[in-house]
Amino acid sequence: MLSSTAKNLYWMGRYLQRAKSTARLIEATQRMALQSRGEEAAGVAAIFGMEDEFRQSQAQGQRLASLIDFLVLDENNPSSIVNSIAAARRNAREERNNITVDVWESLNALWLELSARLRGKRANLDRGALIESVKKQAVMIFGAAQVTLLRDEANNFLQLGAFLERADNTGRILDVKFHLLRPDGNPSAEGLDYFAWSELLACIGAVRTYRRIYRSSLNPMKVAELMMLRRDVPRSVHHCLWMVDLNMRELADAYGTRGEADRLAGELHARLRYARIDRVFEIGLATFLGQLRGDISTLSEEIGRQFLLD
Amino acid sequence: MAAKVFDEMNSGSDGSIREPYRGVADWLARTSPERVAATRNEVDLFYRRHGITFGAYGAAEGAETTIPFDIIPRVIAWDEWQYLHKGLSQRARALNAFLSDAYGQRDICRAGVIPEEQILMNGEFVAMAQGLQLPGGVHAHIAGIDLVRVGEKDFFVLEDNVRTPSGVSYVLENREVMMRLAPELFAAMSVLPVADYSEELLATLRSVSFSDGHEPNVVLLTPGHHNSAYFEHAFLADEMGIELVKGSDLFVDESRVYMRTPRGPQRVDVIYRRVDDAFLDPLAMRPDSFLGVAGLLGALRAGRVNIVNALGNGVADDKSTYTYVPEMVRFYLGEEPILQNVPTWRCDRADDYKYVLEHLSEIVVKEIHGSGGKGMLVGPTSSKAEIEEFTALLKARPDNYIAQPTLALSTCPTFVNQGVAPRHVDLRPFVLSGKKITIVPGGLTRVALKEGSLVVNSSQGGGTKDTWVLAPDEADGR
Repeated sequence: MLSSTAKNLYWMGRYLQRAKSTARLIEATQRMALQSRGEEAAGVAAIFGMEDEFRQSQAQGQRLASLIDFLVLDENNPSSIVNSIAAARRNAREERNNITVDVWESLNALWLELSARLRGKRANLDRGALIESVKKQAVMIFGAAQVTLLRDEANNFLQLGAFLERADNTGRILDVKFHLLRPDGNPSAEGLDYFAWSELLACIGAVRTYRRIYRSSLNPMKVAELMMLRRDVPRSVHHCLWMVDLNMRELADAYGTRGEADRLAGELHARLRYARIDRVFEIGLATFLGQLRGDISTLSEEIGRQFLLD
Repeated sequence: MAAKVFDEMNSGSDGSIREPYRGVADWLARTSPERVAATRNEVDLFYRRHGITFGAYGAAEGAETTIPFDIIPRVIAWDEWQYLHKGLSQRARALNAFLSDAYGQRDICRAGVIPEEQILMNGEFVAMAQGLQLPGGVHAHIAGIDLVRVGEKDFFVLEDNVRTPSGVSYVLENREVMMRLAPELFAAMSVLPVADYSEELLATLRSVSFSDGHEPNVVLLTPGHHNSAYFEHAFLADEMGIELVKGSDLFVDESRVYMRTPRGPQRVDVIYRRVDDAFLDPLAMRPDSFLGVAGLLGALRAGRVNIVNALGNGVADDKSTYTYVPEMVRFYLGEEPILQNVPTWRCDRADDYKYVLEHLSEIVVKEIHGSGGKGMLVGPTSSKAEIEEFTALLKARPDNYIAQPTLALSTCPTFVNQGVAPRHVDLRPFVLSGKKITIVPGGLTRVALKEGSLVVNSSQGGGTKDTWVLAPDEADGR
């Protein structure tokens, strides 16, 4: 398999996952904004590292609407949902011979649908429906990959991209939102704003999952544990890094070589696997997450270097 | 009662818009009919896709239908809600005190406030529950108290539902629909959230476990997917993260209840049951029941499992006990009732019976154990033949009926085929009683979609609306 193929599949996975995460995040934020009209928009802007640009714009309601447009369809935002889907489709199109018809057609169908929606007047664009179909279709595309793709290196790169992106998204959401809700890093449940914390879980679609696991009231420490350390939660950082490590090992077995990316993937997986949430809070959640996010981004660079993706 | 109908939006002084509805009125004025029509179409799709359906009694096997949802919300100002909240809490406390007493010493009978036969001869009395000491003395953990409004300040309790009241899933789902389909209206007003209901319900259920010192295992017992409220059972179990069980999933061993799991039996401490009393335990109640668990009542009596709501609550919420609730408030709490009852004639009293027979065409007559809008006569809208037919029923068993004046229920603007028109509404808030009393701000607003109709039941063509309680600082509705 060519490095260019590996690169395309890796980025297809990343972009598709990015669109999906963003869609879910916007939905959760909108709900929250409707229910409490607080500083939610600013919080989302922080997740995308755009607080300053955001603060300069006008009234709050307007600002949330314009932020959503920026995240959904802005042409100048390379990570907007529409741009991400277009990029994933470009990657897939170049590799049509390396993916199944099911994967290609479901991704292409999503792109066609978005293009059709964008052709009409902006004022009439139903953003809610657009976000909903991105969420739905992305699940279909990953599902098609799951049941139809040959389990070979190509699949490993697609999975690597998707899980690395997802680990980064969850880590970033937890880091930024936890800090907004508890600037002092205190994980006690006292004076907890139920709606704000359930919205944090909603960002990774885990409100009901939380109840299923803990069967009790919301507690910041458990929320952090669920999002970071629970291996059985498919969007937790731990689960994603476990999958990254697994795919790295399959590649190492196939290629018979190992490098820095393999070491780092194994180390990150082990760090989350053996971490304990009370110890994490002793160190400080922000410190722990800061280092973790730094290492995830180093891992992404190392993968690029090792497999000649750049 | 006053013939003039109170419209919750338009009956401000001099026919102006009432303050809490200012936002709704503005929205109605500036939203195009096309936009509204498009939104209404989306609603039904939304409900069907989410499977939020109910099987009406008497409908074809497996037929699922959605309850019509009206997108114009019903708005309640903060101070109005404060008043209702106080009144509802008081009523729930009195009903719980009464149920404890009814299955205990019956002090209220000895004091001569309620005749003992009112309790003991009641078809809903469950002798097996006599003398039970329930955690916190709570019997009615979840109460759906139906309110009607007839004027700016006049709310009445129409009935108390303390057996297995349903409808709360619509409170939560209607809110989801409104946020999704009319975000601009939602954003223009400051609406108190209701999404924490499941959290509060789970906390309530956990707080009434008999067992101290270990994490209580709570389950929801459903009659199964043929039940008309099955969607709600599954919805609540999912929201709370607890198991949704049928009778066949549970068994009793040495007075403990267990659920069957692949890991072996797992102990159950609290059962939120949506199965009627008569079907709960074939050993103690109806032997032909396949919906219950053999030995369940034994486990309850042994103090090993709590059943929510408690057994035999029907003695507190039938239409004849209803007339005594204000007395219960005075007797148990030493307070004056905040929420008033609708004046009621009891047909088992000679004077009342005589009056009722003479005024059938003006009043509403209801069967004491009737529900779902059945077994009742709405005098003013009934034909002569219907009245005659009902007279025969009434004469056969006067003690089975009560009667009330025809209330001019308040109306709310509602979308109908001809546009926006006033339709009559009621309100069912849900009161949770455990270690404390919790009422999420809002409730189920039911609306009679037929012009002039006062029957809001979903089985009789009623629909629902989202109920918006406005936050205190912006109670003016902007």
